[in-house]
Amino acid sequence: MLDQQTAEIEVPEAQNPVESLLRMDRMPHIWCPGCGIGTTVNCFARALEQSKLDLDKVAIVSGIGCTGRVAGYLNLDSFHTTHGRAIPFATGLKLANPDLKIVVYSGDGDLFAIGGNHFIHAARRNVDMTVICVNNLIYGMTGGQVAPTTPVTAKGTTYPYGSYDPPFNLPYLADSSGAGYVARWTVYHVRHVTKAIKEAIAHRGFSFVEIISPCPTLYSRRNRLGDGLDQMKFYKENSEIKNGADTKEVGMDFQGKIIVGKFVDRERKTYRQLMNEHLSNVFGEQFTPYEG
Amino acid sequence: MKADKETVLTGAHFIDGDHAACEGAIAAGCKFVAGYPITPSTEVVERIALRFPLVGGIFIQMEDEIASSIAIQGAVWAGKKAMTVTSGPGFSLMMEHIGYAAITETPCVFINVQRGGPSTGLPTLPAQADMMQARWGSHGDYEIIAIVPNSPQECFDLTIRAFNLSEEYRVPVLVMMDECVGHMTEKVVIPEARQIDIVERKFTKKPPGEYKMFETNGTMVPEMVKVGDGYRTHLTGLTHDEQGYPAMSPKVQQRMLRRLVDKILLNEEKIRHIEEDHVEGADVVVISYGITSRVVLPAVNKARKEGVKVGHIRLITVWPFPESYIRELAKKVSAFVVPELNLGQIVHEVERCAAGNAVMQLVPHAGGAVHAPEDIYDTIKGVIEHA
Ligand SMILES: Cc1ncc(C[n+]2csc(CCOP(=O)(O)OP(=O)(O)O)c2C)c(N)n1
Ligand code: SF4
Ligand SMILES: [Mg+2]
Repeated sequence: MLDQQTAEIEVPEAQNPVESLLRMDRMPHIWCPGCGIGTTVNCFARALEQSKLDLDKVAIVSGIGCTGRVAGYLNLDSFHTTHGRAIPFATGLKLANPDLKIVVYSGDGDLFAIGGNHFIHAARRNVDMTVICVNNLIYGMTGGQVAPTTPVTAKGTTYPYGSYDPPFNLPYLADSSGAGYVARWTVYHVRHVTKAIKEAIAHRGFSFVEIISPCPTLYSRRNRLGDGLDQMKFYKENSEIKNGADTKEVGMDFQGKIIVGKFVDRERKTYRQLMNEHLSNVFGEQFTPYEG
Repeated sequence: MKADKETVLTGAHFIDGDHAACEGAIAAGCKFVAGYPITPSTEVVERIALRFPLVGGIFIQMEDEIASSIAIQGAVWAGKKAMTVTSGPGFSLMMEHIGYAAITETPCVFINVQRGGPSTGLPTLPAQADMMQARWGSHGDYEIIAIVPNSPQECFDLTIRAFNLSEEYRVPVLVMMDECVGHMTEKVVIPEARQIDIVERKFTKKPPGEYKMFETNGTMVPEMVKVGDGYRTHLTGLTHDEQGYPAMSPKVQQRMLRRLVDKILLNEEKIRHIEEDHVEGADVVVISYGITSRVVLPAVNKARKEGVKVGHIRLITVWPFPESYIRELAKKVSAFVVPELNLGQIVHEVERCAAGNAVMQLVPHAGGAVHAPEDIYDTIKGVIEHA
């Protein structure tokens, strides 16, 4: 009897709802237990799903690092480029085919140390792309060296007595460089992260989402901050939502308050619009707009 | 396929090598150029910036050469033909991305108008001292193709050839000009579009589920796809398997690297491009490339008038090096004379291939000018006396 009963119960197949967006043939992924990168990918996948975009027209470009591996796990046209250079690669991709939706997904070191120059220039030009930065305040992939985001006094292998390098305030940098959309959340705020990514993708022009994320293996352990879960608790207790906050005021101190929210949302003409409008004015009929 | 007549500037022009290279790129179907200003290459991109709005191309002045050399690769994966242009210091900054193009088999063209180095060196004066950097500048093992024009006409012709070779072999092709050729103004004849052969990219006809990024199906060069066509492929600079997925094992590395190298080396004879002059029966053969080949002419003419049996070969394709050709030639002649605008680069390749079968004499020049023909003449006479 029992056998018959169980046969009739429909056992739902255990399937991750975002599986179709992942390259399941590449699982398991390389990230450590408690790492926040996977959570951000989950949010990203959900945001994409909800965006109702034609996913064949979405390309994802990563640099190098633990976060840089994201591109390789997403079932999209995906590019794992060189360290720091995801943005200029994406610039070429976008300009050459304006129909594509381009997302750059990379780490804080990749985007703001070696790649910092490209970030500010793409924001200045307002190239239509979304940049997602998983900011774990450290170089994960190479073993816990300090990043240009590491808070002063936090330890990394290259600043074993604590860092005294003043870090970047990323939303302020993005804002002042010209980004049209700027938000910061932590991996504790999964709904907000998903929403922010959705908005950033829908935004026309250069948009930036910073996601504060734990690196339990290298940052938390060396700085005696517990494991991934402890960091989540920390984010929960120490984040303050301040939509529209002045980005000048959102810099982060070691284990200090984290101001999160949507800070900037404004329209600017995209690089392509500026180019096509200007050249049409100059050349009139003669101008052959780049048809992509 | 033939060039697009809407874009080709058919006719006889009096322009310099930089301008001619720009026209070559346009004729070849290049639609995306990213660059950063640097003497003596800037005129190429300046002309591109003037011409592109009228021929449906995009030029972008990037923030540096690192950005330029990867932006073009993004454009290639969007389905376009693309190139970047630079000189000395900029070429150094591009090295990592020459390697990225090599491992990802991204067809693209790099023009390097060589100037004196190292470092800032001689910004406005010629050299041929980046020849080894072109071959070995990025880390790791790989092969590229490098071609060297010696006139504005060839800057046009060989830039087209560079694009064609890059598509045929899916490899970065380097056009190694120099300041002299770049800034020298001569007659350049641009043929009619229908006389210009263009190699189109080979896109796969397989449907998405069946296509694998790096499957070669018995050829040596895999077919491509472009972003947005539904293939959802993954491209990485990591060692990768046929599907394009990272696979870091000695076995996959061996298979991948072997093919990357073999697709060029095993086709060396097909890629080979050499100009021969009086090589049959010569005692001494001068081997040159680029601008130096033009300074060789008066030297060999003078020696010939005096009865010296001197031949001259000009390497138009320098990489892959015509190894078997030089090896065979070395068995027939008594000496090679190799003038180059550096303190000895290609001479080492010649020497390696000659394997002791012929006497070897470099005619070095530190750059900043071309050789005096007398120096080459004297060297020819010198090796004859000692042979
Ligand atoms: C040109 C170059 N320099 C250095 C490296 C080594 N490297 C790889 S990842 C990385 C740092 C990554 O840090 P981040 O972007 O913060 O990524 P995370 O691993 O923390 O996600 C470095 C320095 C490299 N791959 N290439
Ligand atoms: S090292 Fe840190 S960032 Fe990298 S996977 Fe592990 S926890 Fe994540
Ligand atoms: Mg990091």
